[in-house]
Amino acid sequence: MKIPLKYSWKNLAARRSTTALTAIGLALVVYVFATVLMLSEGLRRTLVTTGSRDNVMILRRGSTAEIQSSIDPEQSAVVAGFPEVALAPDGTRLVSKELLVLMVLPKRGSQKPANVTLRGLTMVGRALRPQVALAEGRWFRPGSSEIVAGNKIAAGFQGAGIGESLRFGQREWTVVGILDAGTTGFGSEIWGDVDQFRQAFRRITYSAVLFRLRADADFDAVRKRLATDPRLTVEAKRESVFYAEQSEVMVTFLTVLGMTLSVVFSLAAVIGALITMYGAVASRTREIGTLRALGFPRRAILIAFLLESSLLGLTGGVLGVLMASGMQWITVSTMNWQTFAELAFTFTLTPVIVGESLLFALTMGLLGGALPAARAARMDILAALRAG
Amino acid sequence: MSALVEIRSLSKHYRRGSEIIPVLTAIDLVIEEGDFLALMGPSGSGKSTLLNLIAGLDRPDGGTLLVAGLDISTLSENELAAWRAANVGFVFQFYNLIPVLTAFENVELPLLLTHLDRKARREHVELTLDLVGLSERSRHYPGQLSGGQQQRVAIARALVTDPTLIVADEPTGDLDRVTAGEILDLMQQLNSELGKTIIMVTHDQRAAERAHHIRHLDKGVLDGG
Amino acid sequence: MAFFLRLILRNLMRQRLRNGLTSLGVVVAIVAFGLLRTLVDAWYAGVEGTAPNRLITRNAVSLMFALPIHYGARIRQIDGVRVVSHITWFGGIYQDPKNFFPQFAIEPASYLALYREYLVSEQERAAFLRDRKGALAGRKLVERYGWKIGDTIPLEGTIYPGTWTFVLRGVYRGADAKTDETQFFFHWEYLNETLKRWRSARAEHVGAFVVGIDPPERAAEISAAIDDGFRNSRAETLTETEKAFQLGFVFMTEAIVAVIEIVSGVIIVIVLAVLANTMAMSVRERKREYATLKALGFGTWHLGGLIVGEALLISAIGGALGIALTFPIAAEFAVRLSNWFPIFRVSESTVVLAAGASLLVGILAAAFPVWQVWRTSVTDGLSSLG
Repeated sequence: MKIPLKYSWKNLAARRSTTALTAIGLALVVYVFATVLMLSEGLRRTLVTTGSRDNVMILRRGSTAEIQSSIDPEQSAVVAGFPEVALAPDGTRLVSKELLVLMVLPKRGSQKPANVTLRGLTMVGRALRPQVALAEGRWFRPGSSEIVAGNKIAAGFQGAGIGESLRFGQREWTVVGILDAGTTGFGSEIWGDVDQFRQAFRRITYSAVLFRLRADADFDAVRKRLATDPRLTVEAKRESVFYAEQSEVMVTFLTVLGMTLSVVFSLAAVIGALITMYGAVASRTREIGTLRALGFPRRAILIAFLLESSLLGLTGGVLGVLMASGMQWITVSTMNWQTFAELAFTFTLTPVIVGESLLFALTMGLLGGALPAARAARMDILAALRAG
Repeated sequence: MSALVEIRSLSKHYRRGSEIIPVLTAIDLVIEEGDFLALMGPSGSGKSTLLNLIAGLDRPDGGTLLVAGLDISTLSENELAAWRAANVGFVFQFYNLIPVLTAFENVELPLLLTHLDRKARREHVELTLDLVGLSERSRHYPGQLSGGQQQRVAIARALVTDPTLIVADEPTGDLDRVTAGEILDLMQQLNSELGKTIIMVTHDQRAAERAHHIRHLDKGVLDGG
Repeated sequence: MAFFLRLILRNLMRQRLRNGLTSLGVVVAIVAFGLLRTLVDAWYAGVEGTAPNRLITRNAVSLMFALPIHYGARIRQIDGVRVVSHITWFGGIYQDPKNFFPQFAIEPASYLALYREYLVSEQERAAFLRDRKGALAGRKLVERYGWKIGDTIPLEGTIYPGTWTFVLRGVYRGADAKTDETQFFFHWEYLNETLKRWRSARAEHVGAFVVGIDPPERAAEISAAIDDGFRNSRAETLTETEKAFQLGFVFMTEAIVAVIEIVSGVIIVIVLAVLANTMAMSVRERKREYATLKALGFGTWHLGGLIVGEALLISAIGGALGIALTFPIAAEFAVRLSNWFPIFRVSESTVVLAAGASLLVGILAAAFPVWQVWRTSVTDGLSSLG
């Protein structure tokens, strides 16, 4: 490293407007790149934390979403009676038969419609989800027309706030509490009494059965039982796995789209860096000749220019990451294509994403600087010294 | 006083398409250690080419070129670069200072090719800057210095590794008469007090008269001597 | 004028690599912009393919809930209603879940009367109507799987379990480029009779009614009249124009569309930075030249014109090339994405927007350098190096 680092960064600092413009282009690409990764991470976190490994979800075989599944009461009863179902200290079976329904609600302000998930469950169903707590108000009374709304729904939708009411199944339902579901998807749901919902929507069947495993190893036994019992047309999944699978389509789409965009955009930004570095080499030709005359080998020149373009890349990278980190305040709300239901999630920045973004920026810098650095290194000393 | 530079039958040509154009023809020259030599000649006479060959910036096509007993035409490109770093100090017409480095950092540059640590480098730089009378300007950038001051910094840079010889290509070409005089005073001082061997190419008769010897080149041929 | 153009072109040729690379950057940006806008258009394609004289009546709770078939007769009675048909989402799998295409159970005669843009030969139409297990498929779908009239097509039901076999009796093509040619239609009667045999609760129900009205201007009034008829019943309805119905779907993924629109703006800003940088470098190198021209008497307008002209030429060449390239690339995407986006074509508005964007980039990129030239006095400029 014969030519000092300060030669590289001082040159970047000396050409302020050029360095700034090039860095902005690189920063914007890194911003897109980082934001896409943050979106996928946010989505993944929401759905992964939504389920618990200790809970088992029973659905009709072949269903990819709870709303697609329907289980008749007879089969639900059989499953509820499995020995692998854990028991509460007071002896209650920790199993919840649930009904999932989608309802179109208008968003506050824009009035635009969205499919909101209504989940009918029992008191046990609440206990099975300790990650969900009451933020305001109280729980609904079983047997009543009371409901509680996830915080994301209460904030975003007309009629879902505390004290407000919604109308369906020819009844008025009052929101008596707001749920704080952390990052989980339950924040986008409305909960009520399963039997009241079944009446209102005239359903005999349930959508799913959820229960706590007595022991982790019991999962395989449950699987076997379902496979061998001819009465049952249902399958079992760990709750966490089920919800993780639900995000696959969207995560894949967003990731593929985002990465493709980042690569395409990086072409334009790398061209910008290429132009800047070619310009730097051209305007410092005599300087390069002088350094070579003084005795600096070709390799030192090459490295100096590669360092300069790398620093340029990193500058853009840091700027881009800073811009992307501002996205963490934004909540995205969209329909999940696999469940057809509204899902809200946030952009999540992790150290890994910061690292990947900076690496991407560094790569762009190196790509933009490679050819110009080679040109600088290959110069003939005397021709360079003669330059203007 | 031993011979520092021994040139025998040196020739250099360059090609233009299929044409071969001779630049230097059968040059014989001996430069003693401690000498101050001026090379003069009209434009296109080959004086700069001769200087570049002696300084190891170019390779001859024929003849021998020994500097301090070493035949530099046998060195590889990287060896030649290292040789220049240790043995040659350069002074250019347009100073050729790095604009983004301070005077101190410019003078320090050649020392980065040695194994000296930071403290030793600093000592050398400060010493040399003091010698050229620019110690208070060490933190200034070339853009903040006058032409004469920039050339002094360049001379300090040329001195800092204690090189075997100093080559100067039109060192006063871009300076006014008074400043040129000061620079030439400095160069004479370096030669007489420090015993530095200086080879200078110049157009300027007044500058050439400061040297011990003047040789003329015309169409690639050296005068009798 | 011609003199200036020649001057601009010659100046650009002085830095062929730099200006060529910049143009290349514009090409990349415009292609990306064009494709992203086409993606947004594709998202709204369902909305484009609607007709103002069709209403959709669905269960007020959500599409998850069906409507009783007998509602059809009641809707028919409403003043202004001409034709009533119905449509039910089947959601089956053809060989592999990846082979997604929309499948609907319909009332064939009334449905085809409502959707005149689905063109079918008389012969095939009659064959489709006659065969209860017959199917009518769109041209693009048939091409994708290489089906022929008379082929047996099995679908694995997900909502309605079991294997359902159909016989392809007809192929429809769209009357214009906006029509979705990837749909698969079959008789609701075939679905219903099987459901009745199973004594399923889903029998005698449909997903939604499609209502043809006349005149279209009375849509709001007729919609209200239909919904009033079913208020306080077991299944309340929500009737809206076909356009509003399709827009509802788009709104549900509105956030994604918004992101794509923003991102299409980002690429324009990126290439603006690149072109602005190039112009700044070019003007910086030629300070002395511009000062000379000023000394000779050329005013700021002339100099500004030269600079803007150079920037515009770079961006216009890149833009034109980019727009031209967008078409074949979009066509390739159309084939690969036809599962998800039945319509994927570059619209006229996209071309106009892309052209506008490249011109805007040229003008904006020249702004700062023009200002600098205006600001620099002749003496300052002449004394600058290089």
